Amino acid sequence: MRTWVLGVTFAGALLLGGWFLPKWLTFLITMAAANGMVSLGIVMLMRGGVVPFGQGMVFAVGGYTAALAFNRFAFSDAMGLALTGGVAATLVAVPVAPLLARYRGIFFAMLTLALSMVVYGLLTKTTALGGSDGFNMGRPTLMGMKLPDAHAGYVLYAVTVALATLLALAARAHFDSSRGLLTLAVRDNELRVEYLGGSVRRAMAANYLLAAFAAGTGGALVVMSLGHVDPNFSYWTTSGEFVFVAILAGWQSVLAVFLASTVLEVVRSFSSAYFPNTWQLALGLFLLFVIRFLPRGLGSLWIRRSGQ
Amino acid sequence: MSVVLSARGLGKSFGAVVAATDIGIDILTGERVSLVGSNGAGKTTFVNMITGYLKPDCGRILLAGQDITPLTPRAITRLGVARSFQIPQLFSELTVLENMLVSVACQDDQWSFVRPARSTSAVVRADALLERFRLDEHRARRVAELPGGVRKLLDIAMALTGRPRLLLLDEPTSGVSAEEKFPIMDTLMTALDGDALTVLFVEHDMDIVQRHATRVVAFASGRIIADGPPTQALADADVRRYVTGEPAEG
Repeated sequence: MRTWVLGVTFAGALLLGGWFLPKWLTFLITMAAANGMVSLGIVMLMRGGVVPFGQGMVFAVGGYTAALAFNRFAFSDAMGLALTGGVAATLVAVPVAPLLARYRGIFFAMLTLALSMVVYGLLTKTTALGGSDGFNMGRPTLMGMKLPDAHAGYVLYAVTVALATLLALAARAHFDSSRGLLTLAVRDNELRVEYLGGSVRRAMAANYLLAAFAAGTGGALVVMSLGHVDPNFSYWTTSGEFVFVAILAGWQSVLAVFLASTVLEVVRSFSSAYFPNTWQLALGLFLLFVIRFLPRGLGSLWIRRSGQ
Repeated sequence: MSVVLSARGLGKSFGAVVAATDIGIDILTGERVSLVGSNGAGKTTFVNMITGYLKPDCGRILLAGQDITPLTPRAITRLGVARSFQIPQLFSELTVLENMLVSVACQDDQWSFVRPARSTSAVVRADALLERFRLDEHRARRVAELPGGVRKLLDIAMALTGRPRLLLLDEPTSGVSAEEKFPIMDTLMTALDGDALTVLFVEHDMDIVQRHATRVVAFASGRIIADGPPTQALADADVRRYVTGEPAEG
């Protein structure tokens, strides 16, 4: 209950504060929240001991689905598009989840990477989807209302903050659930989980599907904010950035994921403005610093022990 | 008493090493059966075949008449066969209570995505078992900090969360100091007293076997060489030669 009150209060403060923030900052927070959803899914998998290097795939599926639904089917509701992206990504993940649930460690990481690069290749070669250039989408609506120029950015910001909050609270509930605890146990000792009657593969597959939903929703929100989608959504460097945020955050705290995502967006924005050719260097140094001094991520600053 | 477990013609080899040959046995409900034998005699192989960790090369295993030979460890567990391990298999990053809650969670249905792991019913169930095994004082400690004997008891307590009908204990006192052995077994057997539970335990200490087993099954070179009440089985000439290492009488 306390978590829900804190979450809703924090979201309310962001929604209220967003009205007064400069546009560049609301855009930055929008991107951080949307990308943070993808990393939240990765954290969900990390709690089970696996790290996917191909979440760009489901991120792209969410993004392309939202853009296509808008352009081809005139479905323009922002909330609906975001959820459609999430559902589409989950559906794409359904056939691969049982396969991925069999693998661990580097094999899991490489398999997800391979899948994302296959999707990248397909998107690049599919001219109906704009090929390597991708395609644009127009401005979404919200509950049947067109968004005025002056407030479109804020409305998308509000939708993203609201969905990110819901997803964060759901993730917290999941982490604290029986299944969430089981996931931590899988990370520790799979053999024992099976001998206690728990299904390791089912737990891992379910986590992958949840992560896909989060990534698809995030992808749809990013596309709505950018007004453009292209195959780079599924490129390995995009997946790498999501993993970067997940490692930066650690696997203990949901809030830390969004904080880490914001840190990445801030570093990316300012570094690319002031030293455009070396901003990745700044990111790398920052990650080294975190790994050295906060090996359990930013979340460990306020969560002392695992499983809490 | 009804037969809870039957093994018929079980055989298992690892290359040229024969770990089990023509194992045939009926275990009755409520029995406390001790599996004895020297290292490599086939005791753990037998336990591993019952729990699905190893698949026999030949033969069948029946649990209350149902063939469980081809089933996975998880499916066998869900049918009511629980086990502990020679080296306790715990979740070392978690606390004692959390280990128990994982065990409870493993029994949950598929909607456990939203059910809190620390729900009142789960905690009550976990605490009841911790109390039965006198582990409640360690409730908040991380497993990595626990002494060996406590780990052993926790390993067994976790196995009981699923309310099994057959419990297999693989050397419950191995790796435990001589002073701890008897208190641990006494605590364990007292904790199990309330249940109509059938227990198979692998044990090397014959004093413990005599004190806690109602039946002894002795293994040597992958075969059963004696089967009966402790006094009778341990007096068997082959058992004295191959298992206890005492000179045969007469």
